[in-house]
Amino acid sequence: MQTPAAFDYERATSVDGVIASLQRLGPGARVIAGGHSLLPMMKLRLATPQHLIDINDLDELAYIREEADEIRIGALTRHVDLLKSDLLARRFPIFREAETVIADPVVRNRGTIGGSLCQADAAEDLSAVCSAVKASVVIRGAAGDRTVSMEEFHVGPYTTAVGEAELLTEVRIPVRSGCGTAHEKVERRAGDWAIAAASAAVWVDGGLIQDAGIALSAVGLTTIHLSRAEELLRGKAPSEELYAQAGEIASADCAPTADGRGPVDYKRHLAGVLTARALARAGARAQNKEASA
Amino acid sequence: MNVTITINGEPVSRDIEPRLLLVHFIRDTPGLTGTHWGCDTSNCGACVVLLDGSPVKSCTMLAAMAEGHEIRTVESLEVDDVLDPVQQGFHELHALQCGFCTPGMLMTARALLDENPNPTDHEIRTAISGGICRCTGYKNIVAAIRWAADHEATARQGVAG
Repeated sequence: MQTPAAFDYERATSVDGVIASLQRLGPGARVIAGGHSLLPMMKLRLATPQHLIDINDLDELAYIREEADEIRIGALTRHVDLLKSDLLARRFPIFREAETVIADPVVRNRGTIGGSLCQADAAEDLSAVCSAVKASVVIRGAAGDRTVSMEEFHVGPYTTAVGEAELLTEVRIPVRSGCGTAHEKVERRAGDWAIAAASAAVWVDGGLIQDAGIALSAVGLTTIHLSRAEELLRGKAPSEELYAQAGEIASADCAPTADGRGPVDYKRHLAGVLTARALARAGARAQNKEASA
Repeated sequence: MNVTITINGEPVSRDIEPRLLLVHFIRDTPGLTGTHWGCDTSNCGACVVLLDGSPVKSCTMLAAMAEGHEIRTVESLEVDDVLDPVQQGFHELHALQCGFCTPGMLMTARALLDENPNPTDHEIRTAISGGICRCTGYKNIVAAIRWAADHEATARQGVAG
């Protein structure tokens, strides 16, 4: 029987209340949302918070909406709602593609985007998805809100820019024209963590790639931002050869370790193939959008 | 701390440690041992119950988090000696052998059919992909859920006719 170490529990009724509790209780306090990362860690005593602040009642943090040329997603939005959102599927189909392969439907009923991002597990899909689409996150503290890019957000393994007495409240994704996105993942069995996964976004204008976003899951200690491959794509015409070159950079720039899911050379190969495939599908979607615009 | 959780329509109150998991609350307090406690890691799905109608893994939720919510367990399926169609389907099509995964499978299937009365086999397989069966295999489970969907559709037509 796995039992977490003892802790005190409180249920938050407002975001400001969460911040105040975190300030009052200090570093021994943790926020719990879906709990599908934190509770297993607590059962294994890898996490031993003295206080848990349950934010599941904060309905004001559960939304997906478009405003001011951005998609804004509340931190408490659950995987199932990301999967089902037609707005998100229309703007960034990468979310629906990723959500169909994140854990299983029962887990997706509980897990949240804020929890996934803050766990910052390198094998987790949404961190790479948000990196690829150039998202930023809103972090609230006693002094107010601050916004950080995904690159600044990922500080290290299981470590983010969210500081003590701060709460991630929102994910913002800029909506720019000519955008195509796609997610590719290989897993051992349904619902498992990725052996490797690639998230790609391509923005096409005038037949040329204006910008690209590529990130990898499960092939490094953190989510891998493929800035060298993004740089290669900018200003060039979309082509299979170009995407294959980006895949070669992905194979070179990732940093996988050997484990039960496979040896290093296999994972590097997989990262390259999945990057090229994700880019090809993202690029095709971007070009279709441009053609129909 | 004292929590009150509505389980199968009945409020259940108890003083608990905050670290008590929902699966143990359900099994210990009202003694509803139909909800099984399996892998303890949210992988196997034997502990699935409905939280406000949606299937959740009760080993990965604190009882305290369920306060104020409605929980439905496998014991709620049979009413007045009549099995729920998903139970009947499992019976008709031999969809269980040892039965350990069955409560989770049944509750997941019930929630699926409540939301989507006529799922494809692919949708059924996706819905139960959070549950692991280690003896019957999944073929008969999928067929049993299909049986329940067809049975309920026929019943609805009967009412409509």
